[in-house]
Amino acid sequence: MSVTVYVPRDASALSLGAEAVAEAIAREARTRKAEVSVVRNGSRGLYWLEPMVEVQTAEGRVAYGPVQADDVPGLFEAGLLEGGTHALSLGLTEQIAWLKNQQRLTFARIGIIDPRSLDDYLAHDGYRGLEAALKMKPADIVKVVTESGLRGRGGAAFPTGIKWKTCHDAEADLKYIVCNADEGDSGTYADRMIMEGDPFVLIEGMTIAGLAVGATVGYIYLRAEYPHARDALHAAIAMAEAEGYLGDDVRASGKAFHLEVRMAAGAYICGEETSLLESLEGKRGQVRFKPPLPAIEGLFGKPTVINNVVTLACVPIILDKGAKHYKDFGMGRSRGTLPIQLAGNLKRPGLVERAFGLTLRELIEDYGGGTASGRPVRAVQVGGPLGAYVPASRLDTPIDYEAFIEIGGMLGHGGVVVFDDTVDMAEQARYAMEFCAIESCGKCTPCRIGSVRGVEVIQRMVAGNAAERERNEVLLRDLCQTMLHGSLCALGGMAPFPVISALDHFPEDFSRAVEKTGA
Amino acid sequence: MKRVASVAVLPKIDQHVHATVVEVTTRLKDQPGALLPVLHAIQDALGYVPEDAVPLIAREMNLSRADVHGVISFYHFFRTQPSGNRVIYLCRAESCQALGAVALEKHVKARLGVDYHQTTADGAYTLEPVYCLGNCACSPALMVDEELHGRVTAERFDAWLESQTTATSTESK
Repeated sequence: MSVTVYVPRDASALSLGAEAVAEAIAREARTRKAEVSVVRNGSRGLYWLEPMVEVQTAEGRVAYGPVQADDVPGLFEAGLLEGGTHALSLGLTEQIAWLKNQQRLTFARIGIIDPRSLDDYLAHDGYRGLEAALKMKPADIVKVVTESGLRGRGGAAFPTGIKWKTCHDAEADLKYIVCNADEGDSGTYADRMIMEGDPFVLIEGMTIAGLAVGATVGYIYLRAEYPHARDALHAAIAMAEAEGYLGDDVRASGKAFHLEVRMAAGAYICGEETSLLESLEGKRGQVRFKPPLPAIEGLFGKPTVINNVVTLACVPIILDKGAKHYKDFGMGRSRGTLPIQLAGNLKRPGLVERAFGLTLRELIEDYGGGTASGRPVRAVQVGGPLGAYVPASRLDTPIDYEAFIEIGGMLGHGGVVVFDDTVDMAEQARYAMEFCAIESCGKCTPCRIGSVRGVEVIQRMVAGNAAERERNEVLLRDLCQTMLHGSLCALGGMAPFPVISALDHFPEDFSRAVEKTGA
Repeated sequence: MKRVASVAVLPKIDQHVHATVVEVTTRLKDQPGALLPVLHAIQDALGYVPEDAVPLIAREMNLSRADVHGVISFYHFFRTQPSGNRVIYLCRAESCQALGAVALEKHVKARLGVDYHQTTADGAYTLEPVYCLGNCACSPALMVDEELHGRVTAERFDAWLESQTTATSTESK
């Protein structure tokens, strides 16, 4: 009987040698005349253990990791195909505490199924949300999403149901669903994992959104840096079209929904929704004024729902299990679960999906296992390059949209980047301004000019004497206020977050030069 | 809509470039918002979007030259000069910084003898900065064309570079 062995095709696993491992397993099986079928799954998100190989046994899936190609003959010798014990053994995958202590709703299938198999998706509760939605009136679908409390997972945390209702109520001959897959924030990779590990869930979510608001065309705007996700999506869309899940007549409902992947071209600003629309229209990705809201006048002037990958991937389970099931997870106004991405200097980085409410400390210490370097944690940046730097003293902040606004930051897309005590926070502040200068679309002055001046002022602070430093700090804080309140979009409007938080919590880093010269 | 004949004379360009542009625009120009897909397809075919092809692209797309130039120059991904045989995209973002990307960047630049946006003297590699490859749980990261590498150290970069040189010299034999 053929034994199923899983080797991830996830881009991060590939970056650590998963392809060579898969080849070695196939080779070794041939040599030993063992019947093995290798399935290329997504990643379970335990990235310090990638490439993680799993074997299907009678007791369940048994994991080994991190596996390199040279380990393969030894693994076979130790009885890999029967789940035998080896130095790299991790036991039953489902029993690994790191994974067991999660609440995986959006990521329920990722790492488990074969992302290139529609049958596998269907066998794991796939398309049940669409099935439910097809029996409902559009307005009722919108109502379920509103009642679930789902908020945009891309960063702005706007209630998804309200966005959908606005678009539903708009009259037009053509409407669009646009998926924002321009995951540009450092420390985030949940979108990528979904597109590579469970692409059908995104397609299903977009199809349901189309039914809800009356849209017949969808675009996935995907970053150019994600070639593996591109291939996974192309394969999945072709299969969904062949099986009637996409096309002129979705599941014989008489409703049409067409889906296309459009490649971005490396501009961070195109993750901003109006800039993304400009880019989809074939123009420079310059931010638009709002209003009009995209839900009323969006892509090519038509009503458009724009949602992030994770948001759309949350929709199928909400339609399948009901609004209440989803809403019962979470705290306050942050309902459901959030896929949190642990990155940077951590022993055990990876994907943790949990209900809102756990603290940064639990994430960094319990899941993350502290820093990879073994040095103390000094700063944690949450929410990408525009997120605040949280000092070690504030690690008890809960993962909750409102709690992060209170400490002068934002949860954003749920990326957590950890720095140890060797980090130079003045340099991080300067980098935040430099990044804003490089990526500014140039439409508004506070962002375009402010970021350039910000870099200069920080350089003067660090280089100057005490008086110079003080004078420039006043200037920098004033500049940050102008950017915060005067910018057209979140790029200029939030780039001051990392800068102000660095100034507030790590003032000593801005006067190193002064100390060194003994002034 | 009746098309207005362009009064400007198109500059002479390489025949292969001309043929590629016409093939791509004929195939893609009728889809909505076609300019980005067109530029991607041209860059995929030629390795870059030649500056002297802009007037032709503009005419074929019924856009102004300024529109096309504006889009090409806005996006980091489009290049107007040929690249080396392979492009190394080195991540400069925070997660990679937290694990030594700044030192890695110095090493890679010194080892290749180029700065960002430059090509090595032998034409083998072009170095480009990138802001996040989504490989943040395996930082520092870099991507060579479409091949992603994680947990890159100076030593691992050197080993990779040497393996490439060996591979090419064996091929040429």
